[in-house]
Amino acid sequence: MEYLKQPWPWYIAGPLMGLIVPALLLLGNKAFGISSSLKHICAICIPANISFFKHDWKKETWNLFFVAGIVAGGFIAVQFLSGQHAVNINPQTTALLKHQGVKDFSGLLPADIFSFQQLFTLRGFIFIVIGGFLVGFGTRYAGGCTSGHSIMGIASLQWPSLLATCCFMIGGFVMTWFILPYLIRL
Amino acid sequence: MIRNLKYLILGILFGIILVKSEVISWFRIQEMFRFQAFHMYGIIGSAIAVGMVSILLIKRFQLKTIKGDDIIIPKKEFHWGTVYGGLIFGLGWAITGACPGPLFAQIGSGFLVVSVTLLSAIAGTWVYGLLRDKLHH
Repeated sequence: MEYLKQPWPWYIAGPLMGLIVPALLLLGNKAFGISSSLKHICAICIPANISFFKHDWKKETWNLFFVAGIVAGGFIAVQFLSGQHAVNINPQTTALLKHQGVKDFSGLLPADIFSFQQLFTLRGFIFIVIGGFLVGFGTRYAGGCTSGHSIMGIASLQWPSLLATCCFMIGGFVMTWFILPYLIRL
Repeated sequence: MIRNLKYLILGILFGIILVKSEVISWFRIQEMFRFQAFHMYGIIGSAIAVGMVSILLIKRFQLKTIKGDDIIIPKKEFHWGTVYGGLIFGLGWAITGACPGPLFAQIGSGFLVVSVTLLSAIAGTWVYGLLRDKLHH
């Protein structure tokens, strides 16, 4: 139990995550992927007669149970497995982020950026609202996210998924290296 | 409902892994995009490796689902959205420090403000659906 409460190393967490792929296939022919849940939520809540949302989401309810599970899993990890703590990142990253203006390093996310108070500042709005919009729009345009493309797609040897993953990384590098330093200072 | 319970349980396990491995941490994502740690690369890389071996074994031994159906892996078709959408998602990933899975796990772990990020991601998906015919694919 004490071991479970420590942060899990990559060589434990990564393979466990990889096992979700065969588990979903064997349990019911489901392809690992998270971002499609957002599409189903659109289809259920705000279809607005858009043809893209006229798919048979009732066949995909498993996906909504899966993401509901992720929320519950996050809760369980924090409540019972001491998941909420300062993250032991590379001191160089900490120094750089401090220099750029991040102040709170006490949790999994910097609370001085991600909080309801910050939501109504320009910086908070960009990180919380614009960021989320790019994630939702981009993953659907690309036809998948880190789970559907990077893990499921590459694991099943599909080259479009490898290409998508390279583009995810390029987008991330551009933001981190060239844009984010200015956004953090806002 | 009962049929879907197994996916709920798998989701719980996935959520716990995401939190305990710190994948949901904004700081881990910053570190990854700056090449200042191997952690995230190790996780994604080993997850791909285990997934790949599993799929090869499923194909090699022609394993069936628990109901006895053939296992079908959906094809990921290429279109230019793979590139444009991928780049756009990458920009968002570095800002929010979260891909869609971690968004759900962050909410569960108590960062309730991330539900606004999730709503915004749903809005982004919706706008994609709205503009789909006008976008280059």
